[in-house]
Amino acid sequence: MKWEVVIGLEVHTQLTTSSKIFSPASTAFGAEPNTQTAVVDIALPGALPVMNKAVVEKAIQFGLAIGARVNRKSVFARKNYFYPDLPKGYQISQFELPIVEGGQIAINVDGVEKVINLTRAHLEEDAGKSLHGDYHGATGIDLNRAGTPLLEIVSEPEMRSAAEAVAYAKALYSLVTWIGICDGNMQEGSFRCDVNVSVRPEGQAEFGTRREIKNLNSFRFIEQAIRSEVQWQIETIEDGGKIQQATVLFDPDTGETRMMRSKEDAHDYRYFPDPDLPPLVIDEDWIERVRDALPELPHAMQQRFEQQYGIPAYDAVTLTASKALAGYYEATVAAGADAKLASNWIMGDISATLNREEKGIEDCPVSAAALAALIARVADKTINNKTAKDVLKKMWDSGDSADTIIERDGLKQETDTGAIEAIVLEVIAANARSVEEYRAGKEKALNSLVGQVMKASRGKADPALALALLKQKLD
Amino acid sequence: MIESSLKQLSAALAARQVSAVELAGEFLQRARQHNGELNAFITLDEQKTLAEAHDADVRRADGTAGPLTGIPVAHKDIFCQEGWLTTCGSKMLGNFVSPYSAHVIEQCRAAGLVTLGRTNMDEFAMGSSNENSFFGPVKNPWDKQAVPGGSSGGSAVAVAARLAPIATGTDTGGSIRQPAAFCGVTGIKPTYGVVSRFGMIAYASSLDQGGPFGKSAEDCALLLNVMAGFDTRDATSLQREREDYTRDLERPLAGLRVGLPREYFADGLASDVAAAIDAAIAEYKKLGAQIVEISLPNTRLAIPSYYVIAPAEASSNLSRFDGVRYGHRAADFDGLNGMYEQSRAEGFGWEVKRRILTGTYVLSHGYYDAYYLQAQKIRRIIANDFQAAFRDCDVIAGPVAPTTAWNLAEKADDPVAMYLADIYTLGVNLAGLPGMSVPVGFAANGRPVGLQLIGNYFDEARLLNVAHRFQQATDWHLRAPAL
Repeated sequence: MKWEVVIGLEVHTQLTTSSKIFSPASTAFGAEPNTQTAVVDIALPGALPVMNKAVVEKAIQFGLAIGARVNRKSVFARKNYFYPDLPKGYQISQFELPIVEGGQIAINVDGVEKVINLTRAHLEEDAGKSLHGDYHGATGIDLNRAGTPLLEIVSEPEMRSAAEAVAYAKALYSLVTWIGICDGNMQEGSFRCDVNVSVRPEGQAEFGTRREIKNLNSFRFIEQAIRSEVQWQIETIEDGGKIQQATVLFDPDTGETRMMRSKEDAHDYRYFPDPDLPPLVIDEDWIERVRDALPELPHAMQQRFEQQYGIPAYDAVTLTASKALAGYYEATVAAGADAKLASNWIMGDISATLNREEKGIEDCPVSAAALAALIARVADKTINNKTAKDVLKKMWDSGDSADTIIERDGLKQETDTGAIEAIVLEVIAANARSVEEYRAGKEKALNSLVGQVMKASRGKADPALALALLKQKLD
Repeated sequence: MIESSLKQLSAALAARQVSAVELAGEFLQRARQHNGELNAFITLDEQKTLAEAHDADVRRADGTAGPLTGIPVAHKDIFCQEGWLTTCGSKMLGNFVSPYSAHVIEQCRAAGLVTLGRTNMDEFAMGSSNENSFFGPVKNPWDKQAVPGGSSGGSAVAVAARLAPIATGTDTGGSIRQPAAFCGVTGIKPTYGVVSRFGMIAYASSLDQGGPFGKSAEDCALLLNVMAGFDTRDATSLQREREDYTRDLERPLAGLRVGLPREYFADGLASDVAAAIDAAIAEYKKLGAQIVEISLPNTRLAIPSYYVIAPAEASSNLSRFDGVRYGHRAADFDGLNGMYEQSRAEGFGWEVKRRILTGTYVLSHGYYDAYYLQAQKIRRIIANDFQAAFRDCDVIAGPVAPTTAWNLAEKADDPVAMYLADIYTLGVNLAGLPGMSVPVGFAANGRPVGLQLIGNYFDEARLLNVAHRFQQATDWHLRAPAL
């Protein structure tokens, strides 16, 4: 039987505000346990939550960025359950009336564009942490994280493969970091995914029973966890079993998911509107102010890149993967580089080297202007493409400019026809066999001869000129 | 001094006829002398009180004093106060010394009021008789067989017995008005949102409101001036211009339309309470008020509505008392759930447990719509009834409670009977309106009767005016029990 996979994501993004969602305490990561806690965060008797407006503003930004409805009135509710790192015994979240509803995110898998619809995005507070370290056999509680603002973004179950789910997560990640509402630090838990997975026979209309994989904090884990979960579900059904609704955890060491709790153990959270917080009312003015301040979004920028710079859609998508990368590209072109050459260099050598060195474009040692100067030397044929790659490496390591390196290392391309002609004649004389092969109709042999010319010129010959001269002598 | 009004005390302090330390000493001595019998205070701390009194004297000397600087106040043990044991009448917080102060406390300290002690109360403000305190019941000074009312019983008794000139309280379903009525003192619950709830330990957040007790409406107005005020730390606190609640005290009552809700005088109202209320109404007529009959048709629905909403909120509000960070933690337990269960089983009394269970039930999946949502709808209907009534009258008057104070233990085993006694006070909290209690006489058993006055939103100054003019014409509020 052929199976169809159905996936929906719930992503918790930590919002980048300096203070907590309902208290004035700092949200900075990594402080000594329980040093960033106001009376609200410890849930002292009599403490009350007060809405942080900066948090609301970030949620509005997100709603506008995905073309969603920003609700003029939304309501905070209490989600009641007991846990030691949940100091109030309830989490303040949004239940019936979230701040954002609807909206879309476009993903691209193997060149195929697909639009994923979002259900909602709602504001809530994070819990603290239980520390199972050295506390004389007891569990330690750190409430620094308690009250950190989260935007939980819920998609419709519209993804049909692990690859689509990862593409969605990446697109969402790119968007929230792009508009600056999330710092994107996945190791510190700033972007955490819960993935709902079910399978159904292809062609069946109703969904299968889903299991929810909790708390995945890397794209690789999302992919691994879904693949393993899907395989398990299909095998279970094919072996005559039934899927029970459950919450599962992914173990990166084994690459498998394991049951955390079944539906029977599910909490009754007894949601009800939080009487400490009046409904959150957002007026039109506020929304318009946020809209005006919103940066150009990735999708709009892609279209502009295609039009303004005449580059292919693939290039435009790649270059707008992050705001910093797009900025680097635009700066390179602004410094005089040819738009397509700049795109090739950035997507090619620059990105490859950054990846190898695990650096972001922000830390690229070659500035956009320096890259533009290098590209200019290729365009005006001072150096050829291959030499340029070596020059870039040297620029990367030394910080020197392209011109300095070309001058110092004598890398200027040989464009003097007479000089190259002499080399060409030498090469023809020394490679009788290749010459013979070429004359016998083996076009490939010509490439080998060009290579010999380049080698003899120590890479400085203009390869196009060398080719032309070779043909002229041999034909 | 113990019979003096706040104005008289203020004048005496200003004239250096008495120092704040002497004044505090006199009240402290009385409190200590009678607390064994009345149990009005959970905490008396002479050192702290006298230190505050000393500060007040310094302020009086250096000219930075306000009108109330140096006057002692007793605080209900529900307001967190830095450095003071803040128990909320519960074993759960029997060891909790608050590291911070409520907005009400801050404002009282800023005004120079001297903390006389922390008053007894029903555990977590749940109760109408003050028998639910972990620290034992409070006795009514008019008759020590009688309950003082609740939940702010200790504060009402402290003022009635002249152990303190004024006291703070909170009112969620009548917890200021009913004990004020049972003890023959004056008390006012302001409009919801006038007094900040920051640092006031929550029972039912959408209903809780702090307010003053005093011997007179004038004293209540002066203390309310200190307690009220916008506070950014409470999202339900209302941002309004500061008011002087004494501004209208002397306003004549000619032409005032006093509405009597038919439903507050129906079956169930004790005849001796009715007689005292009727006499007070007659007095208002003499003062020029015009009496109109009105109707609050859904009065009886206030009880089921309140006893769904309040426990629902309480069940969630009290979840923080889990033995993890502060408060009572059981000595012996097995595992995490064992710690929760054992700590809460030991830390909470029966009425608190009953309301947590009720609240948990009405919020549960499958019951929420039938109970909680339904109760919220009724709440809106009750609020609408009041608005309709205020089209025909300026203030509403009626009894605070159907009877005078009952005997200790009389209803302790019958929670429903106790709940029914709240019938006249609950509607005001559900609607968020201001309401007060004014002493208007005594029943045949010698126990006080309170008249309830209900105003429209933000009509505190009007209510205090209506109460004050009555107190100018009568002397019920000046009667003190023989201890």
